[in-house]
Amino acid sequence: MTGWLGPAEWQAVALSLRVAVVATLLSLPLGIAVAWVLARKRFPGHAVLNGVVHLPLILPPVVTGYLLLISFGPQAGLGGWLEAMGLGVAFRWTGAALAAAIMAFPLMVRAIRLALEAVDPGLEEAAATLGASRWRVFYSVTLPLIAPGVLTGAILAFAKAMGEFGATITFVSNIPGETRTVPSAIYAFLQVPGGEASAWRLVIVSVVIAMGALLASELLARRVAARIGGRDA
Amino acid sequence: MLEVLIRHDFGGFQLDAAFEAPAGVTCLFGRSGAGKTSVVRAVAGLLNADEARIVIGRQRVDPLPVHRRGIGYVFQEPRLFPHMDVRGNLSYARAGADAGPVVEMLGIGHLLDRRPADLSGGEAQRVAIGRALLSKPRLLLLDEPLAALDEARKAEILPYLERVRDAARVPVLYVSHSVAEVARLATTLVALEQGRVVRVGPATELLSDPDIAPVIGIRDAGALVTARVVRHHDDGLTELACSGGALWLPHVAADEGAQVRVRIEAQDVMLSRALPEGISALNVLPVRLSALRDGDGPGVMVQVVAGDDRLLARVTQRSAKAMGLSEGWCGYAVVKSVAVASGNVSR
Repeated sequence: MTGWLGPAEWQAVALSLRVAVVATLLSLPLGIAVAWVLARKRFPGHAVLNGVVHLPLILPPVVTGYLLLISFGPQAGLGGWLEAMGLGVAFRWTGAALAAAIMAFPLMVRAIRLALEAVDPGLEEAAATLGASRWRVFYSVTLPLIAPGVLTGAILAFAKAMGEFGATITFVSNIPGETRTVPSAIYAFLQVPGGEASAWRLVIVSVVIAMGALLASELLARRVAARIGGRDA
Repeated sequence: MLEVLIRHDFGGFQLDAAFEAPAGVTCLFGRSGAGKTSVVRAVAGLLNADEARIVIGRQRVDPLPVHRRGIGYVFQEPRLFPHMDVRGNLSYARAGADAGPVVEMLGIGHLLDRRPADLSGGEAQRVAIGRALLSKPRLLLLDEPLAALDEARKAEILPYLERVRDAARVPVLYVSHSVAEVARLATTLVALEQGRVVRVGPATELLSDPDIAPVIGIRDAGALVTARVVRHHDDGLTELACSGGALWLPHVAADEGAQVRVRIEAQDVMLSRALPEGISALNVLPVRLSALRDGDGPGVMVQVVAGDDRLLARVTQRSAKAMGLSEGWCGYAVVKSVAVASGNVSR
């Protein structure tokens, strides 16, 4: 594939994959935790938390990117502090991952929350009467039962992270090799004469990766569902 | 020993139940909505009651969280974990109990590798009972474990429950609204009405009390008689001996010499002043009238003593008047053999 793709194009594909994988994997535990809190707990700030989680879905991506810039930029308090710790994200690929994770978070939480709401609380009660602590109930009963939903959420988040553009370019700009992900690269190629061929190749790669992710999730979800539903088919 | 006190305000429904029970099977009996399930949920810790005091043996368990109470709970539905096979479900509690005897007692050895989705309702409920037993509980809660099953499945599981009662030596709190189940299993009966305990006592005593008939329903009222199997006869009848005399019943599935308890429904018992002759009913026991209670309708619930056992008979007020029924009256109780269904005889 490196032969078919030029070095700049390959760089963008590799970066996009890294950004999307890191964004998905690092936000997954938090996504499960937030989904659990939203699905199972009723507290005064419930609606507020729900709103905040969904905000990136309804705000213009540029606004999200700008908000990230003023909170995580080198001049911002939080950004400066991270910078001092050597964990600065502004204009780095880690920043692109952060932007992608935040943009994908609502999709992930939604899928996991739906799965959690479908779990029969009676099974969790039964596990508790059998001597399982809350934590054991969660990882031995709840988590296996919501596995298809977690998988769906992760794939959706991955796809969203692969395609994230607005917030990323606003927050971490479009630096080749650092923050130029596939969408940013397509945008950049379209800005220069003779860039259409490169753009097209990246479009094809995008479609292939998206379709592959979708198929893989479908296949995995079917397997998991068969394992839960009985019949070892 | 089991000691339970639960108070909880559901907003419109007040639960205020307190009772003590000796070892054996304690049946919480009452109509649906009487608060039976709430009581067992509070005992297990699944319902956080406003006020609770639960003592099992000598230990107070109400301050403990659910998973530390050591209470096995069999729900109306099996609630098996769908992502584990039967073996995984049975070993979930990790209590280190040897599964062998329980698996054999419940007849689930051939199901171990199956998934819950591939079990019938009766099989799944037996696995659920086994799973609860294998958590080595200090107390076993059975919340209408047969309610979701049809009659045939109920008849299939009841003998297993009797085995659990006889073999497990775990105190059992059993919720039911079926008098037949209560009569078969209960050592102690706790009658619940609108969130309050109305009667507590030994099952044989309470079931033969005319005053409890309105609580359990007049049509379901019936006393428990303890009897010993004497002989199985060739004509399909089994001869039993109770303290009041001989009892002839349709074939009883128990060995000769075995103790059984027989529920005789009040509406199947006829009273006679003189020794009846030339009648088809085979069971005629000399009795003395010990208590009498007028019902709301045309009926009277009569308690009579036959030997050490008590029987309930439901007769009309008209007959009661005509026969001069009152305390101390002596006569005969007549019971048709075929009126006692096999489900009314238990070990």
